[in-house]
Amino acid sequence: MKARAFSYFRAATIDQALDAHARASDDARFIAGGQSLVPALSLRLQAPRLLIDITHIAEMRGVGREGGYLRIGALTRHCEMLSEPLIAEFAPLLHAAAPFVAHPAIRNRGTFGGSVALADPASEFPAMTLALDAEIEIAGPAGHRRVKADDFFIDLFETALQPGELITAIYVPLFKADQRFAFDELARRRGDYALVGCGMLATFIGERIDDIRISFFSVGNTPTRVRSAEATLIGSGLGAERIAAAQAALERDLAPPESDEVPPAMRLHLARVLLGRLLGRLGEGA
Amino acid sequence: MSGFDETLLEEADEIVRVRFVVNGRKVACEVAPRETLVDCLRNELELTGTHAGCEMGACGACLVQLDGRAVHSCLMFAVQADGAKIETIEGLTESGVLADLQAEFHRRNALQCGFCTPGMLVNAHELLSLVAQPSREEIRDALSGNYCRCTGYEAIVDAIDAVAKARSEGGGAT
Ligand SMILES: Cc1cc2nc3c(=O)[nH]c(=O)nc-3n(C[C@H](O)[C@H](O)[C@H](O)COP(=O)(O)OP(=O)(O)OC[C@H]3O[C@@H](n4cnc5c(N)ncnc54)[C@H](O)[C@@H]3O)c2cc1C
Ligand code: FES
Ligand code: FES
Repeated sequence: MKARAFSYFRAATIDQALDAHARASDDARFIAGGQSLVPALSLRLQAPRLLIDITHIAEMRGVGREGGYLRIGALTRHCEMLSEPLIAEFAPLLHAAAPFVAHPAIRNRGTFGGSVALADPASEFPAMTLALDAEIEIAGPAGHRRVKADDFFIDLFETALQPGELITAIYVPLFKADQRFAFDELARRRGDYALVGCGMLATFIGERIDDIRISFFSVGNTPTRVRSAEATLIGSGLGAERIAAAQAALERDLAPPESDEVPPAMRLHLARVLLGRLLGRLGEGA
Repeated sequence: MSGFDETLLEEADEIVRVRFVVNGRKVACEVAPRETLVDCLRNELELTGTHAGCEMGACGACLVQLDGRAVHSCLMFAVQADGAKIETIEGLTESGVLADLQAEFHRRNALQCGFCTPGMLVNAHELLSLVAQPSREEIRDALSGNYCRCTGYEAIVDAIDAVAKARSEGGGAT
C-alpha cells in the first residue's frame, strides 16, 4: 500500500508552515513524527496535496520552565518523555505514561504535539493533559491562543484545532511537593493500545485529598475526566470505603461504547478495577 | 519571508533529489515524495538487508538507525530523511558493532528464516546501548514491536541476555 502522490515542503518556522497550509487551500497536512500519519496516507485514508514537514521548526522544540509551568515543545518526542530530567521532575505523570506509548522505535519518532493533535481516544498522552490541567498553545492564521485541555477534546478525533492550525507547545503546571500521581493501563500485550487506561494527579493536605483530577482513556470517544468520582474523593482520605464510593461513581461518568471485542459492562468493570488499584497506590504515597 | 515555492503545488508527481549519509557514505537519490525510506533503501540503494513486512509500523522488520536512533523506515518518507545519517544492517554489520549479537543469534538458533533478524538486531543494539543489563522482561518489552514468525522469541531473548551479560563482564560473547 502506497500513499497517493503529494508535494513536500520542509518548514523552517511556524509562519512558513502556516503560510504553506493556507497556500495549499488547506488541502495539506502537517507531518511531525509521522507514526500515525504515514500509515493513514499509505492506507489512503488521507490524500493531501501537500505535506508540510514541521520537524525542523526550532520554536517548537525544547523543554523549559516558564512561570509556574513546564513548557514542552510540541516536537518533544515520546522517548524524550523518558530521558528528559525536567519532565521526570516536573511532569512525572508524563514520564510514567511514556513507556506505555507504542514500542521503542515508534517512541523515537512520535511527538507529544502529534499525539495531542491526533487526539486518539485510546492514546495515553491526550488523556494525561487532562489529568494535568495542561494548556495547549496553538498558532494559526488568526494568531496565537492557549486552550485548556478541558476545552480541547471535543469528539472522536475532533479537537479545538481548526484546519491549518498548529500546536506549538503544551504547558503543564509544575509538579509540587504536596502532589501525588499514578498511572496504569490494562492491555492484552505491552505496547498495544489499552483496553482501559487511567492517570491521576492529586494534591494532598496531610492524608486528605484537597484536589484530584482523574482521566481515563480507551473508554469513550474522547479522553475522559471522571468528575463524579473526583467529587467523592475531595476532602477525604483514601480509606477502602472512599475508594469503593469512587469506583461506584464511575457509572455516572463513563458510558463505554458498544464494541465487538469488549462489551461496555466489561470495560466499566475494568475501569473500576483500575481506579481501585491506582487510588490504592496514591494512598500508599505513590 | 515565507520560503514557500508556489510551483511545489504543481509538482506532486515530480522526482526530488535527496542526500543522506548511508553507512558512512554520502549518497544522493532521486525519489518521489511519496516514496518511503524503506523503498528508497531497497530499490534505489539496493540495500536489501532492511526488510519490508507490514509497512504499517507493526512488525519491526524495517528498523534502521537514523541519526543514531532505531526508527521504522516504513513510517517515514525518504524526503524527510534528507540530510540525515542512516545506518542499515549492512553498515552496522561492516562496522562490527553487532558481531557478538550476530554470533550469539547464530549459536542459539535465534533466527530461522531470518526475515525479522535485521530489525531484531537493530532493536537489540539500541536496547543494549541504553540499558547495560536489561532483565528478560525488559528485553521482551523492548522487542514488543518486532514480530517473528519462526522462533517463538525465547532464543532471541536468550541471545540478547547472553550478550548483555558478556558485555557487562567486559569480554565478548564467545
Ligand atoms: C504500531 C503502532 C503502535 C502505536 N501504539 C500507540 C500507543 O499505544 N499509544 C499511543 O498513544 N500512540 C500509539 N501509536 C501512535 C504514535 O504514538 C504516534 O506517534 C502519535 O499518535 C502521533 O504522533 P506523531 O508525531 O507521529 O504525529 P503524526 O503522525 O505526524 O501526525 C498525526 C496527526 O497530527 C497532526 N499533527 C502532528 N503534529 C501536529 C502539531 N504540532 N500541530 C497540529 N497538528 C499536528 C498531523 O497533521 C496528523 O494529522 C502507535 C503507532 C503505531 C504505528
Ligand atoms: S515494515 Fe515497517 S514495521 Fe513492518
Ligand atoms: S526468524 Fe523467521 S520471522 Fe523471525
